[in-house]
Amino acid sequence: MNAESGNPPAETWPHQVIIGLEVHVQLKTASKLFCRCSTEFGAPPNTQVCPVCLGLPGALPVLNRRAVELAVQTGLALNCEIPPLTKWDRKQYFYPDLPKGYQISQFDLPICADGFVDIPDPAPDRDGQTRRIQLVRAHLEEDAGKSIHDETAGTSDTRIDLNRCGTPLLEIVSQPDLRSAAEARVFLTELKLLLTHLGVSDCEMQEGSLRVDANVNLHLEVDDKVVATPICEIKNMNSFRAVERAIEYEVRRQYVDWEDTGATIETRSKQTRGWDDGKQTTFLQREKEESADYRYFPDPDLLPVRLPRELVEKLRAELGELPAETRSRLQNQYGLKIYDADVIVNQGPELIAYFERAAEVSGAATRTSAWIQQDVLRTLNERGLQIGQLAVSADHLGELLERVEAGQLDTSRGRDVFQYMLDYATDVDGAVEALGIKVVDSGELTSLCQTLIDNNPAIVEQIRGGKVQAIGSLIGQAKKQNPNANPQQVREILLQLIG
Amino acid sequence: MSLPLDSAAELLRLQASGDLTAVEIAQAALSRIADTEASVRAFTCRADPLRVLEQAEQIDQDRQAGKPLGALAGVPVALKDVICTDDMPTSCSSQMLDGYQSPYQATVVDRLRAAGALIVGKTNLDEFAMGASTETSAVGASRNPWDVSRTPGGSSGGTAAAVAAMNCPLGVGSDTGGSIRQPAAFCGLTGLKPTYGRVSRYGLVAFASSLDQIGPLAWDIEDCGLLLSTLAGHDPLDSTSLAEPVPAWQEALGSRDVRRMRIGLLIDALDAKGLDPELRSAVLAAADVFRSLGATIVNLSLSHSRYWVPTYYVIAPCEASSNLSRYEGAHYGFRAEPAAADVRRDGPLMATYCQSREQGFGAEVKRRIMVGTYALSTGYYDAYYLQALKVRRLIRNDFDTAFGSVDLVLGPVTPTPAFRFGEKTNDPLQMYLCDLFTVGANLAGIPALALPGGVTDEGLPIGFQLQAPPLQEGRLLQAAAAFQATTEHHRRRPQT
Repeated sequence: MNAESGNPPAETWPHQVIIGLEVHVQLKTASKLFCRCSTEFGAPPNTQVCPVCLGLPGALPVLNRRAVELAVQTGLALNCEIPPLTKWDRKQYFYPDLPKGYQISQFDLPICADGFVDIPDPAPDRDGQTRRIQLVRAHLEEDAGKSIHDETAGTSDTRIDLNRCGTPLLEIVSQPDLRSAAEARVFLTELKLLLTHLGVSDCEMQEGSLRVDANVNLHLEVDDKVVATPICEIKNMNSFRAVERAIEYEVRRQYVDWEDTGATIETRSKQTRGWDDGKQTTFLQREKEESADYRYFPDPDLLPVRLPRELVEKLRAELGELPAETRSRLQNQYGLKIYDADVIVNQGPELIAYFERAAEVSGAATRTSAWIQQDVLRTLNERGLQIGQLAVSADHLGELLERVEAGQLDTSRGRDVFQYMLDYATDVDGAVEALGIKVVDSGELTSLCQTLIDNNPAIVEQIRGGKVQAIGSLIGQAKKQNPNANPQQVREILLQLIG
Repeated sequence: MSLPLDSAAELLRLQASGDLTAVEIAQAALSRIADTEASVRAFTCRADPLRVLEQAEQIDQDRQAGKPLGALAGVPVALKDVICTDDMPTSCSSQMLDGYQSPYQATVVDRLRAAGALIVGKTNLDEFAMGASTETSAVGASRNPWDVSRTPGGSSGGTAAAVAAMNCPLGVGSDTGGSIRQPAAFCGLTGLKPTYGRVSRYGLVAFASSLDQIGPLAWDIEDCGLLLSTLAGHDPLDSTSLAEPVPAWQEALGSRDVRRMRIGLLIDALDAKGLDPELRSAVLAAADVFRSLGATIVNLSLSHSRYWVPTYYVIAPCEASSNLSRYEGAHYGFRAEPAAADVRRDGPLMATYCQSREQGFGAEVKRRIMVGTYALSTGYYDAYYLQALKVRRLIRNDFDTAFGSVDLVLGPVTPTPAFRFGEKTNDPLQMYLCDLFTVGANLAGIPALALPGGVTDEGLPIGFQLQAPPLQEGRLLQAAAAFQATTEHHRRRPQT
């Protein structure tokens, strides 16, 4: 059995998967953590730099207040403790993308301590339940630059771009509470939802504003004893899906590796492995685990930061409602099902506000939710729009849905109105008028139905014979003749006349 | 020498009265430097004479036009080559930064330029400010104008030498463990280390971040105060810069009144074994002068003073080892071409790092980096660095307690007068003991002043030290002004 092949073995000892995640998020500040350079993504290399983030002789760091505020708000949203005092420490190591030879970080007094995230339990038999994932801490640190390995022209140079150097990062560390690759993916999804909702980070793995390292091992039950496999730290995953797949692969690999070698957490030190997205495998990055001594000590160029109660409470008040709270509230206040509440919440604060306004105006929360999920979201996707750019305002949608709910418009006619409003940016009345929508009086409708019956004897026979679905084609014809004919009414009248 | 290149105050007065122009001053200074530099070797880089004359010309024109002029207009100033300038290299007297051109200039340089000072050059120092004689400079030691077979002290030795050689009346140095005060004492000058945070460190190449301060050197306290007023003040680019407003120190200088002052005499320091008897006498003589001026002298003991040097020589190397990590040959400065064998063994990156630092740094710098790295490493941090921080607190407490009952502290500043080249280079610890009396002020963050207190039988300058509570530079200026009004030590000049 080859550990690297990833094939599941025939028989397995019962085992638990133990996963801890270290997540680095780039904070959405205008400037870097210790200087005024821009944090904009995508600038030409080494153009967003200054003496401070270049680590030039004589340069000194000055703290970005906004980064501290965003960190505190994130900590509050993650249910962390915010200490009254936090401080900066130098984490020392040599690498070309770290110009000072140390990273300004936080060692023993992080800005956020403990905390937890409640995630929907992804286990197949646990639908609707939540799992609480504890956090260890969250701390601020400056990012390093980027090393780009350039193997063109036969040489193997490494090019260093220091634009990213000094960008504020919040490192969020979970306890090893996650028990499956799916949980890891859900945790990251939930974290991203929260952080984007707060406006703290874009959490885009593709752009590097969110990076994940996963620490994975297995606890095997072998003859009534628990055997732990060596921990592996997995790096270089570039999407939540990749995280999930990497962990799944690693779980299989570790099991087989243990069967082959018997190595345990006591007998082999922690490995670092990279995820190869092409091969869909992990590979060993470091032969010998050198435990780095970072020689942490308090940075003498910076002052400790006081975080008084009043400041923390002021920042808490500015948080607004968090996604988990919104989910509950949409269910309680509007009677939405959990699935529907989820869809809306996942779209972010603007869409939540849109929904609530439309629901309020229409008085029909469930119908509004359905229309948003189908018509609105589909339109946004098709046209590549944000909700704020939609030509149909929440008020107008609400009005439209009010009429549909009241029976003044049937659903398909309602869709016509919606489409018209989208294309021509009119209000409901404007669209109704332009489309020539009129309530058809029952006399007109009855005579139309009679005409259809007279002209379609075969279909009438089928209906009389029990094939009631055939009425559909008559309704279709009715609509063709008069688009304002309400299909529901037409059906009733036809059935009445047919007998 | 016709032109008073030993008094900034005089140069300003003569310009104001129309008896002298800035161009004449500039020419005299440049000429004087040309005369003395071969024997004194004060400078690592001399300013381009044309630029200096241009600046002087501008000042004269502005004066003619009635435009407002800076407080140091037309005054030549020497700048320790550890302070970044954007028009002259900043080498820190190290091979590692040989030829390094900073793209920005230090905040103090902004202030000097705005004040109209004529920066005549960058002066020599012990490499990366680590030393007490300029003997660790990569370009060779500077010489003491009082006796060229002796050191001018360090690490601001070149600055002191430039002023003592009368190249310019003002020098800007830096003091981490005594590096302004000791050279001042060796060269018969007045040198001040301000309160920590009083002068911006932005643009000062860091040695030990919690100890470094930039400060003035001059012949007398009036000129010192003048320069300090230009250098001092809050800088938003330095997080350790104090927001305290800068007092009008001219008042303190004018007052010269010590009648209500209680001055603590450091008797333990006076009893120190290594203290030269002539220097001891000079301190006692200074106490007598203050007594005669109406001050009350009391004996004072600082109970943790015997831990000053060990505490300093843990904290300073620790911070230095971190601050000097950026010099690895990757981004700027000296880069070595590693030997093939090294590349094979360590890989190209590590080999380049190691060889660049091996060759780029001198022995003393490497020694301190190793000590500092060791003391910060896992398993040793608690016993060394953390312990030193705690003792530092006790040292500061000693001063706080003392200043509860005295206004100033009086004592020696160096254990010996200027020593000969090579005398202390065999044993690093011998060199470290030069800092015996000075490191306390850096550890406590308090302002401290070295001023001339006599000469030895051999004609070498003797200095003594006054220390004050945080932010009380005014008290130092006041007491020193009173002392210098009734004594002549600060008027002595080397025979040239």
